[in-house]
Order: sequence, then C-alpha cells, then structure tokens
Amino acid sequence: MVAVTRRRPTASDAPSYSRADIEALSDKLKEPTWLRESRLAAWELYEELPMPDRTLEEWRRTDYRSLRWDEAGRISAGRDSRLAAIPAANREPLAGEEQGGFLAFINGEVVHSETADTLTRQGIVFTDLSTACRLHEDLVRPNLMTRAVKPGEGKFAALHAALWTHGAFVYVPRGTTAELPIHIVMYNDLPGATLGHVLVVVEDGAQATVLVDYLSAQAQSQSVYVGATELMVGSGANLRYVSLQDWDRQMFEISYQRARVGRDAALDWVIGTMGSRFVKSFIEVELDGTGANAQVSGMFFADKAQFFDLDTQQNHNAPLTTSNLLFKGAAKDTARSLWQGMIKSLPDMQKIDGFQACRNLVLSDEARMDAIPGLEIEADDVRCTHAATFGTLEEQPVFYLMSRGIPRDQAELMVAEGFFEELLERIPFERVQARLRASLEAKIIGSR
Amino acid sequence: MGAALEIRNLHVSVEGKPILRGVDLMVKQGEVHALMGPNGSGKSTLANVLLGNPAYEVTDGEIIFRGENILEQEPDVRSRAGLFLAFQYPVSIPGVTLANFLRLAINARLKAEDAESKGISIGDFRKLMRAKMDMLQMDHSFAGRYLNEGFSGGEKKRAEILQMAVLQPSVAILDETDSGLDIDALRIVSEGVNKLRGPELGVLVITHYQRILNYIRPEFVHVMYNGRIVESGGPDLALRLEETGYDWVRERFEVAE
Repeated sequence: MVAVTRRRPTASDAPSYSRADIEALSDKLKEPTWLRESRLAAWELYEELPMPDRTLEEWRRTDYRSLRWDEAGRISAGRDSRLAAIPAANREPLAGEEQGGFLAFINGEVVHSETADTLTRQGIVFTDLSTACRLHEDLVRPNLMTRAVKPGEGKFAALHAALWTHGAFVYVPRGTTAELPIHIVMYNDLPGATLGHVLVVVEDGAQATVLVDYLSAQAQSQSVYVGATELMVGSGANLRYVSLQDWDRQMFEISYQRARVGRDAALDWVIGTMGSRFVKSFIEVELDGTGANAQVSGMFFADKAQFFDLDTQQNHNAPLTTSNLLFKGAAKDTARSLWQGMIKSLPDMQKIDGFQACRNLVLSDEARMDAIPGLEIEADDVRCTHAATFGTLEEQPVFYLMSRGIPRDQAELMVAEGFFEELLERIPFERVQARLRASLEAKIIGSR
Repeated sequence: MGAALEIRNLHVSVEGKPILRGVDLMVKQGEVHALMGPNGSGKSTLANVLLGNPAYEVTDGEIIFRGENILEQEPDVRSRAGLFLAFQYPVSIPGVTLANFLRLAINARLKAEDAESKGISIGDFRKLMRAKMDMLQMDHSFAGRYLNEGFSGGEKKRAEILQMAVLQPSVAILDETDSGLDIDALRIVSEGVNKLRGPELGVLVITHYQRILNYIRPEFVHVMYNGRIVESGGPDLALRLEETGYDWVRERFEVAE
C-alpha cells in the first residue's frame, strides 16, 4: 500500500490561477485586444518569476506564511452591491456639500461613478479603468504598467498586471486645475481576492487632489489584495494624493505604489495604514525632472497581531530634486512593523536634497518595530539625511495633562494623538482628518 | 478648616539619589509663601513631587492635603482636589488646543463629582476663557493654538497662569514662573497671580531670585538648601538673600557629602 500524504498548500506555493482565468476576466470585461495581450504577456512573466521568499532582500523580514491562497485567492464575485453598503463616512463629499469626482467599488464592481460637470467641462477624465481602457486608449495605454509599476518587478506585480480586477483612472489635461477633489473608494464585503489599480495622469502644469479609501467589512475568512498605484505628475504639475487603508483583519495586502514626478513638479503624498492583517507595500517616488519635489508622509498604527512592512524609495534621477519623507508609526499588543527606506541617486545628479525619517512609538513590551534607512548616492554635491527614532509614550506630557485633572487614559490618548498630528494635518480635508483621528483613537483605546 | 497643604518630613530620591532630605512646610489657603534657594537645592523636585510626578520616588514622609495623605494619589486626583502646579518648563502637546485642553480639564472635574455630568456648556466655557484671558492681557487667538506649541517663554508662563485662573485651585505652586521672563512679562504674569490672590487661594512661589517677590509679595519666606528647609521667616528674609546671595546659606548649612 502506498501512503499518500497530502500537503496543505502554503503561501510559498503560487496561487493556483491559470491562463484561462485571465482570458475569462478579459472576456467578461469586454477588453480591447491590446489590453488582453498585455495581460497575457504579464501572465507569461508571472509564470517565470519565483514566489518571493526570504532569500530576497526586500522580503527578508517579511513573513506571509499564514496566507492561505486556496482561501484568500478566490476572485471575489460581484453580487449587485449597492453604494449604501459602504460606511457613510466614506461616502460623504470630501469637502463642502457636493461630490467632485466620486467612484466607488464593492468587491471590485463599480457601484457608483459620478463626476461633477465642473470637472467634465475642464476636460478631466475620471472613470473606472476598464471603461477608460475602452474609451481612452490613447491616454491609458502609454501609462498603464509601462512607466511606473512594471510587471517584471516581481511575482505579485506580474500577477497584478495579468489579473487586475478593477481600477480607477484620473486624467487632468495640460494646464488644468481640477477645481474639485476626486474621491475613490474600494470597499469589499466578501472575502477573497481583489486586485485594484489606480492610475493618475496629471499633465504638464495641471493640478489635482485625489483621495483613495481602501476598506472592508469584517470577514470570517482570508482575503488578499494585490494592488498597484501609478501616479504620473507632468512638468510643473502638482498632485496631492492621499491613500488611506483600513482593511479588516483578515486581509493580506501586497501593493506597488509608484509616482513619477517631472521637471519642477510637486507631489504631496499622504499614506495611512491602519487595517489588514498583513501589509507589504512598496512606495516609491521617481524624481525624473530637474527641480522635481516630493513630500511623502506616512502614518501607520499596528495593533493586535498586525504586521506592516513598508518599503519606501526616493529615487533622484535628475539634479536639483528634493524629496522629504516622514513616516510616523505606532505599534501595540503583539504587532510588528517594519520600515525600510532608501534614497538613491543616479551618478552625478548634483544638488539633490533627500530626507527620510521614520519615527516609531512603541506602545507595548510585546510589540516590535524596526526601521532601516538606507542611502545610495553617487554624487558629491548633495544633502541626503535620514533618521529613525524609537520611543515609548513620553511620560512628561502625560504628567502635565494629568496635573490638570485629566485621567491617565485620556492623557495618554491625547499625547499619542499628538504624535500623529503633524501628519494628520497634511490631509487637506478636515472631515477625513476627523475620521482618521477617530480610528487612531479606537486603536489607542483598543483593548484597554 | 481651609484646604491646607502640609508637607511632613518628606524624603525624595531620583534614580536612587536622595534629593529631598526631610522637608517640613505648611501652606494654608489665603497665605502666600516663597520658597527660595540656590540651584540644585531641591525646589523643583518638591514642586513635582507635590503633584505626583512619577519620575520621583518618595522614600519617607507625608504630603497632607485637605486632611488626607495624598502620596498614593495620581496627579489627576490631586489636581481635581485643588492642587495646581505652574510648571517651570511647560511641555507642548501638538494637536490639542489650549481651549480644548482646558475644557477637558474642567469636564474631568465635573465628571469626577458627578458621573452623569455633561460638562460645561460651550457658551459658558467661552465666557470664562474670555474673562480670564482679558485679565491676563492675552489675545483671544491663544485659545485656538496648540498647547504651548511654538509659544514664547513669556506666553508659556502666561498660559500656565491662565490655566490656574480657569481651574481655580485652592493651593497653587509656581515653579520658577519668573525664569526666562523679561521685566514686562514678569509684571503681567505677577499681576495675574495677584488678581487671583484671596482667602480661597494659597500660593507657594518657588524662585531663585527675589525679583518676582517685588510683585507677588509673600507673607512667609523659606530657604531651601541641600534638600531641607534651613531657614524660615518673613519678607525681610528674601531681601536679605537678595543683598547677600546664597553664600551665607552654603557656609552655614554645608553638609559633608
């Protein structure tokens, strides 16, 4: 008799997608040939690339063994969801009474798409990515996974390029200032896999503000989100981009987010990471044109058994470029966080000014936070600095507040919130600041 | 009986090193005491210990307030009972405006008295803030600024006195409130304190210099040296210190280490 042991699939086994899945998805979305071909080309790459493991530097400290692809990897099926299923706070206009642009997905399905006339009249295109691929090939095709996030970067980038399930497309024509903000919500209320994409193209001299919310309902089984964000900021353009993630605790997120910033352009990027069980995200800025400037602000708060792994990179590809990255995070309970930063310059890119810092607030003895800054500079007339700090909640401010009669719990909450305040203020919408403050508060008070 | 603060044989250490070595002092409501002494004599330690700063360890003695030993009480409980400390170095708290902070402090008091309390109304609170800010010649925009964030030295000290005015303690300790103030700021801050003086308020003015005592005139003056109060007297003691400095104290009370 032959004993057959059947091994339960583990995370290091590739998810069991097939070429047929890609074809079926492309058929369902009625995609043009170029897109179908690009998906299939990415699939070829996907099959060639190895699953990342700890032998790769950027995955060396990343443990996703608890991810069960057989459960999390099933593509979520749409079920005619309604906008109202999304929490109200994430549906309200970012500012004022009217929506500017508002696009909402549930389980990867478009449930709402609205663009104010003000924006349409300006020639701004704001729609879901599938529609954009069909109607605006000239705008989408040169930018979709060709210049920023490329399929060859790794197994999951290739998977995303082959199998992205939904996405948003924002196009602001040359010299145009989008007068109203653009809001994208990706919400899931079914477990399983979604692969969302955001492509923002702000042409030369144009300006826009875009906010993306990622969130999901509490789930009983695992989910996976393999995402990509591509931000193209043209010469002299200005983009304010806010991305806030508050997935439920069964979510594993792997995402690639990259911006390309042109000559004398400015990018102001704020990233909030609150939810999910596991996050591995690559956040990169390419400063391509002379005088390009990027500010990247990250807030994260890991609690319970959450694991966040945030890789940031600031690439100075032109002289006279400046980048300023500040991440602030907290961890409590048995959570783990890891930030790995890198500033790179091409050879002889003089007069560049790069800064990276990660400030860590360790709120429990069992929590672990790591911060690993890095510099690879091949020029001499440069100013590149980095900093990583770790601390517990400062006792002096807590004492100060308590000495005025405020109980310890509340005093600690105020001091911990104060830690994040300078970054919260970089979100250009008070309502959004308020809901983020509330979610920080819930985390801080948490299991007390 | 008024709300007296009584310190009995207080011994305090920081990281195992004794700083206070048996302090006895009584401040009653309505009285103004000055505590003087050279740097390093333990004045600020005493101020911090009275409010329960956890960085200090009381190794012996008692602090009695309103007839109760408060050594085991948390700082917030002591504050709500009527103790106040104007800090020498007020810390800044980003994200919390002065107004919100004071409203929380008032509401913490109301809630401690009555768990059902909904707190002070916005209207009443605004009125109270305006009145007290006017008294201290503070611009109303102060209320909306983050607590001590970017405040000048004088603004910080004025904000401390504003908090005192709003919280209405029965015994207030002013820890080197005069340090870092120019003469105009010192006058404004002192006048603010004087306006709060009365039979309901006991004050302990801690200072290195006699200067502030020209404005806030004490009835009692104590000299601290090497962790003990070595001399007590009337206002003339402060003047004598001003003239002769602390050298005579050192000579008379030098202790072999």
